[in-house]
Amino acid sequence: MTVLEIRDLSVSVTTEDGPKEILRGVNLTVRSGETHAIMGPNGSGKSTLAYSIAGHPKYQVTGGSVTLDGQDVLAMSVDERARAGLFLAMQYPVEVPGVTVSNFLRTAKSAIDGQAPKLRTWVKDVRAAMDALKMDPTFAERNVNEGFSGGEKKRHEVLQLELLRPKIALLDETDSGLDVDALRVVSEGVNRAKVANDMGILLITHYTRILRYIEPDHVHVFVDGRIVEQGGPELADELEANGYDRYLAQA
Amino acid sequence: MPLLERSSRLITPLPGASAHSHGMPFVPDQSRAERRRSFQAADFPRPSGREEEWRFTPMNRLAGLLDDAPSERSLEWEVTGPDALRVSRMERSALEGWGIPAPGDLAAAIVTSQAAAVTVLEVPAGVELTEPVRIRRTGSGGRTLSHVVLRVGAQARATVVLEQHGDTAYGEVLSVLTGDGADLTLVSVQEWDATAVHVGEHDVVIGRDATVRHIAVTLGGSLVRLSTNASYAGPGGSFDASGVYFADAGQHLEHRLFVDHEAPMCTSHVEYRGALQGDSARSVWVGDVLIRARAEGTLTYEINRNLVLTEGAQADSVPNLEIETGQIRGAGHASATGRFDDEQLFYLQARGIPEQEARRLVVRGFFADIIAKIPVAEIQGHLTQAVERELARTAYAAPEK
Repeated sequence: MTVLEIRDLSVSVTTEDGPKEILRGVNLTVRSGETHAIMGPNGSGKSTLAYSIAGHPKYQVTGGSVTLDGQDVLAMSVDERARAGLFLAMQYPVEVPGVTVSNFLRTAKSAIDGQAPKLRTWVKDVRAAMDALKMDPTFAERNVNEGFSGGEKKRHEVLQLELLRPKIALLDETDSGLDVDALRVVSEGVNRAKVANDMGILLITHYTRILRYIEPDHVHVFVDGRIVEQGGPELADELEANGYDRYLAQA
Repeated sequence: MPLLERSSRLITPLPGASAHSHGMPFVPDQSRAERRRSFQAADFPRPSGREEEWRFTPMNRLAGLLDDAPSERSLEWEVTGPDALRVSRMERSALEGWGIPAPGDLAAAIVTSQAAAVTVLEVPAGVELTEPVRIRRTGSGGRTLSHVVLRVGAQARATVVLEQHGDTAYGEVLSVLTGDGADLTLVSVQEWDATAVHVGEHDVVIGRDATVRHIAVTLGGSLVRLSTNASYAGPGGSFDASGVYFADAGQHLEHRLFVDHEAPMCTSHVEYRGALQGDSARSVWVGDVLIRARAEGTLTYEINRNLVLTEGAQADSVPNLEIETGQIRGAGHASATGRFDDEQLFYLQARGIPEQEARRLVVRGFFADIIAKIPVAEIQGHLTQAVERELARTAYAAPEK
């Protein structure tokens, strides 16, 4: 059982007008096998939460703590966090020219596991995971994210999720820019990874659409840098019907 | 054939596009067509360093290569490859009528003035070499001037790799003559000792319907200045020039290219990539393309990309395109100089890859396309390792195992 514990987390970014506070005391606990949906309007700080946990240098933690099974995540480098079992599926994955998907996946897998994967089973695993995500085998020989369509980028993120087997996955708007078919394929991949690894999920989304495919146990409404309401799946239905207006009025 | 609508003459200088390129915006005061060419050193005034073709070069580090004095040493040659390659020494007077292009600057003219004997490498017409020719050349101090002629006959096919090692002040002229329909891949690898100085000129004549690939790899040496000039002896020729360089602290690596489109229906593609690291590491890339009025149907593109890995390094990048006819298939150029991309680093690290390894992955990827063009697997592997060693020299060392 893995526990990601976020306590009173405050985060700022540097702007031309000085530091700007984006997260204002976030409290959240994600355990193995749980799916938490973070929902909120644009600009509420949802993505900042994910990137801060992953350790993006743009964000400065000004208060609070993040621990993974009691270990101080904030003291770790970005790659140490990944090796500790955190995975951030990005909304806008970055191109890495000249580095093939297959080379990248093998390098990442070796880094996460601390040893190179056994060649024969690895090739089989990659092939099977790509198959399940309806990715053409030639995909492995393309350069990472270079010239990928929006849907291909998201499939590639979920491919990594399935192969790297993290303990906790942070999914940042994985549904954005996907048509219905791609959304289903990608969601099925996330669900497979969850079952295979008893993975905990922090799912960040603006829309309820993806929640039809990835069912949340807990829904958190995120407004103005903090969680303002929590509930079960029924809260998502209510947001679907009424939107965020009532929270924005409060804020 | 789609044609570009262009005025009769257009000069388009493009300095390095980003903040990290320090090339001053520059408009040539004359066409490349008007630059002097001669076999005689006396025809070139001694440059002060302010001239267009010398303004990036540190003149005080040329180690006597602008002095019109005889060669003191010679490089030690080690030739391996098919017997069909003929190697001989000839008086240059015996090569009259071969169409050897005249040198384009003083350093090259000193070489042809001083070197009466020329080393000639010949691949006879119609011969296809199945194995690459490899020529390892080693300098042993002093000042070395040499003129080499590589002639590939009509319909012949060859791959020639020149590898430079050791230490010397090397003044080089390499004249490359290709016959109709010839196919040549020429690789020049500069892996000099840290003290070597190399000022070279490669003059490439592309035969009618011939294909020439010229690949320059410059890693070693204190100062390397390599000028590659391509011209076409007839229509239908194709010239593909690629290069990679890696400048360390104190190194000056300069690559100048001039593609002279004087025949119709020819193509050229120039692509150079460089990485720089360390204090006062310096790279210069100048790409001149001239499309003359009679070169209708020309298709040309040139691009230079630089990756500045540390503070204190400087990359200059100057593409120039002169177009004297609108009846062309296409002409383009690009230049980009940037720092290490932090977002790439974050992405790779977020997948568990340690920072140093992530950096190596990105740099290796940056060079991969060009190194992949080298048709000798052993050299590809060697260069990949050489780049890793370059990275290992400073902050990007592989973690201790």
